[in-house]
Amino acid sequence: MSDLGWVDTALIAARPQAVAALLRYFRDLDTAEESFQNAALRALRTWPQAGPPRDPAAWLIMVGRNAGIDQVRKTQRLTALDDERAVSDTGDAEAAAAERLDDSQYRDDILRLLFVCCHPELPATQQIALALRIVCGLSVGQIAKAFLVSESAMEQRITRAKARIAKAEVPFEAPGAAERAERAGAVASAIYLMFNEGYSAAAADAERRAPLSLEAIRLARLLLRLFPAEPELMGLAALLLLQHARIAARFDADGNAVLLENQDRSRWNGALIAEGLALIDKSMRHRRPGPYQVQAAIAALHVRSPSAAETDWAEIELLYRALERLQPSPVVTLNRAVAAWKVSGAEAALALIVPLEGPLAGYFYFHGMRGALLAALGRAGEARDAYMRAISLAGSAAEAAHIRSQLDSLSAPAKVG
Amino acid sequence: MLYAILCYDDEAAVSAWSEDEDAAVMQRLGVVQEKLERQKRLGPVARLVPTTAAVTLRKREDPIVLDGPFAETKEQLLGFYVVDCETMNDAIDVAKELAIANPGVGSYEIRSVKFFNGKGAPG
Repeated sequence: MSDLGWVDTALIAARPQAVAALLRYFRDLDTAEESFQNAALRALRTWPQAGPPRDPAAWLIMVGRNAGIDQVRKTQRLTALDDERAVSDTGDAEAAAAERLDDSQYRDDILRLLFVCCHPELPATQQIALALRIVCGLSVGQIAKAFLVSESAMEQRITRAKARIAKAEVPFEAPGAAERAERAGAVASAIYLMFNEGYSAAAADAERRAPLSLEAIRLARLLLRLFPAEPELMGLAALLLLQHARIAARFDADGNAVLLENQDRSRWNGALIAEGLALIDKSMRHRRPGPYQVQAAIAALHVRSPSAAETDWAEIELLYRALERLQPSPVVTLNRAVAAWKVSGAEAALALIVPLEGPLAGYFYFHGMRGALLAALGRAGEARDAYMRAISLAGSAAEAAHIRSQLDSLSAPAKVG
Repeated sequence: MLYAILCYDDEAAVSAWSEDEDAAVMQRLGVVQEKLERQKRLGPVARLVPTTAAVTLRKREDPIVLDGPFAETKEQLLGFYVVDCETMNDAIDVAKELAIANPGVGSYEIRSVKFFNGKGAPG
């Protein structure tokens, strides 16, 4: 980091709040974004000499608003003002006025901005791309790289998303309590998807996709600062932190996925775990469980266990049962079967997943799991069929290689588990 | 005389650091700590997770636990050092070195220590 790295950091940190306030003034995403860019350029010129303003976000809002008004005037050909005069210096008087802006207004601004980007009418990939561009300030090139698409394709995706937003009705008045909760929910699920885009990447892509996970964590923390007493948002942040804490241990030197039980726990990130565990403990005190909290609680049990062998699978099985009730899905049941295998044996687990055959017929992990259970029960022939099916559905070379190694061990004398 | 150096910063800004930046700042702060350690002047050093992951217990007859501290101020307590210094000025010098290692916004509050239980870290 250069000596002036603090300017970049301050700009990144202030960005969501500043762009959100500018969106309220101009009611147009493009104008808000351009105004912020103008303010940021000015900050880069003046902050290094003048030092950081007391409230960088307030400074950027004031300067950005003046720049935006000037831009609007120019395009309306009303008055031509010279740049330096129009973008007036924010003296202490203006900064003080900005600081008086109500905190609750800031909160609604940021939530509106996040909600606009994660608008339910947009497909998930557009939501994520737009949030990364507008809220997080990643360049189109950076986002394209993370999504493994060309820059022009990503540019198009973002333009299309903005066009759809422009047509969608976005109310600008302060939302009611119910609407606020609804918006926060939509934003939370977009953040979760953003995280998974980064987290589920194969080793070869992991580094390029990592920014998606990191930005998702940043947004989850931001959402939590807006709603500090919402247990599900604590659960979301905890879940992302506890998952991301294990990232360094997820692949071996050859890029093969390392299963949780074989991971080197000393490579897990202790700082992220400390924050994640504090958040999940805090959320549970509210006794208002939700899907994110339950998933975070499962991740917490894994992390708290001193070794894979000591994992509390019985408790994990109970948590998956709770998750099945809150958010029924065949994939959740499949995960519960993994825990059930440890607690009640392969026979019981196999019985759990038999009904999933239909809905998960095209799912790699289902066939991999089924193969493993059949192998454990000594049914080698059926296990081989299941593994072959899994290989045909593998999404990456690493996945296929993992199943192939399972197949190889089938040829060895069958173990009855 | 022991001094506590309390680190206040905007946690939104600190959590905007990239992993590399974070590591670079910690590395530079580590250099300052090593120097103090060689001089046998360094006590406990702690970095705290964001206040969003904290709770507050309010004292009263039946204490209540709140989801706080709510970030009403721009800066939050994010960590602290305990350092052995001859004078307040020496403690200020240590804080200046920390500020050079971690420039930007934020502040260090310097308080002399009235009571110190110097047991090592648990666990």
